[in-house]
Amino acid sequence: MAAVTAEQKAQSTSGTADAAEAARTAVFDAAVAADDRIEPRDWMPEAYRATLVRQMAQHAHSEIIGMQPEANWITRAPSLRRKAILMAKVQDEAGHGLYLYSAAETLGTSREELLDKLHAGRQRYSSIFNYPTLTWADVGAIGWLVDGAAITNQVPLCRCSYGPYARAMVRICKEESFHQRQGYELLLALSRGTPAQHDMAQDAVNRWWWPSLMMFGPPDDASSHSAQSMAWKIKRHSNDELRQRFVDICVPQAEALGLTLPDPDIRWNEERGQHDFGAIDWTEFQEVLKGNGPCNEERISQRRRAHEEGAWVRDAAAAYAAKHSPARPGATRSGPPAAPVQDTSPAQHVEETA
Amino acid sequence: MSAALALGDDALVLSHRLGEWAGHAPVLEEEVALANIALDLLGQARVLLSLAGDEDELAYLREERAFRNLQLVEQPNGDFAHTIARQLFFSVYQHLLYERLAASAGEFAGLAAKAVKEVAYHRDHAEQWVLRLGDGTAESHERMQKGLDALWRFTGEMFQPVEGIDAADVDWPALEAAWLSAVADVVQRATLTLPTGPRSGAWAAGAGRQGLHTEPFGRMLAEMQHLHRSHPGASW
Repeated sequence: MAAVTAEQKAQSTSGTADAAEAARTAVFDAAVAADDRIEPRDWMPEAYRATLVRQMAQHAHSEIIGMQPEANWITRAPSLRRKAILMAKVQDEAGHGLYLYSAAETLGTSREELLDKLHAGRQRYSSIFNYPTLTWADVGAIGWLVDGAAITNQVPLCRCSYGPYARAMVRICKEESFHQRQGYELLLALSRGTPAQHDMAQDAVNRWWWPSLMMFGPPDDASSHSAQSMAWKIKRHSNDELRQRFVDICVPQAEALGLTLPDPDIRWNEERGQHDFGAIDWTEFQEVLKGNGPCNEERISQRRRAHEEGAWVRDAAAAYAAKHSPARPGATRSGPPAAPVQDTSPAQHVEETA
Repeated sequence: MSAALALGDDALVLSHRLGEWAGHAPVLEEEVALANIALDLLGQARVLLSLAGDEDELAYLREERAFRNLQLVEQPNGDFAHTIARQLFFSVYQHLLYERLAASAGEFAGLAAKAVKEVAYHRDHAEQWVLRLGDGTAESHERMQKGLDALWRFTGEMFQPVEGIDAADVDWPALEAAWLSAVADVVQRATLTLPTGPRSGAWAAGAGRQGLHTEPFGRMLAEMQHLHRSHPGASW
């Protein structure tokens, strides 16, 4: 899309503002139609930019709020191997949050601004993280179902029209599918373990199944952003299409696990070549979205508290940077020190030690 | 055997404390860094405990009096400066110790050679933060100084010879001198003051290595071991 800028200039000098706008839109539409990637310096419609910022911010927020229900079990993990896997997973989620905030920043916003909006309740995170992790098996159910649903949603985003988002998703999806297999394997160990462990696994699946189906969003006829997002190739499939795909994947996996899904209406539909399944309680979904889920208050309070209690640390890093970077006087960007980053993928790290 | 327990318990317990930070760190980069360090330490603990027996039996079924870790590593996290003070004291010690073990012909040479690369990173991370907090704002300076002061009394026990480590491999008084000099250098560059209080008393000197711990440690173990102990004989 490098040619756009030149073309824009030509248009804006020769034609009226409206004509220039129309020409830019035409170039953008053609790029999207040709499955080209839109890059940060390319012209894009304001509504496209706003939609992406909203979606990427919500995605990044979900990664960091999503650390909480799992971190809840780090100190109680029942074996050192499981503890290492869980720590690595929570670390990966922080990393995903970082990629996604960086990708969102290419659209002209900042991580600070997005976090402020999260803390003020002006941007959302996935409703699934407002459910509590009550037993160890919940860690497995989150891996299998919640990460499974996330992957089903996110794999198509690897082909999203916005380049930085698509590239972030390639890396994120690799790590997520690794987490999902680990969650499945955790549940399998419980399911094949003692009767008490099996019951713990079944109870967790019973509690996480329906909230996982809600992760795909409202039904197609009630989804306000879908049509435009699909036209822009931000989304590639409808909510209901992806939800159906997820159910079809999970049914045989549940059988292999020796666990049941808490839906008496699930059955194979020969004509459709897909599974029928029961009705989702959309009232519950709306309540959780409105802030009335089991953990909405705890999740956002902990996030705000971590941020507020960490303010003096960020201030210190900024003050130190200002004192010790004479080459960049007045550099006040708050953030972490330039601590060396260990070039070890956390996932690989655990595979080695596990 | 007893040395593997002592070094393994240090890594296990500090890893657990760092794991408590997950979801609470001041900035996302520190979520990643603290978890990374916790994971390195857990990996070391698993290798060391496996030398001494079954890693899960040792981690989950021993009581407080049977743990051989330093009292320093079991100290609660406190604020970020408190955690960083603990990281500075321990990671400089561990780095110097593992350098010596790696160069030795003892049974820990291979393990130490691998771990010393991780520990060098932990040490650098701690030193970089001590500099930033010490020489950052007035508030961070004060908090960093308080962290150093509060944990200073737990630093003497690190230099009690660890049973099972050959005296020819580690010269403990020389290790202590090297540690003091390295810590003093960072503290001075961070515009902070090296604490002057005692580094060990009759009770604290080597107490952790003998299974004599501080009160918060029992609660830490209760949380860590609860689920494993609730399902005797289960595998996970």
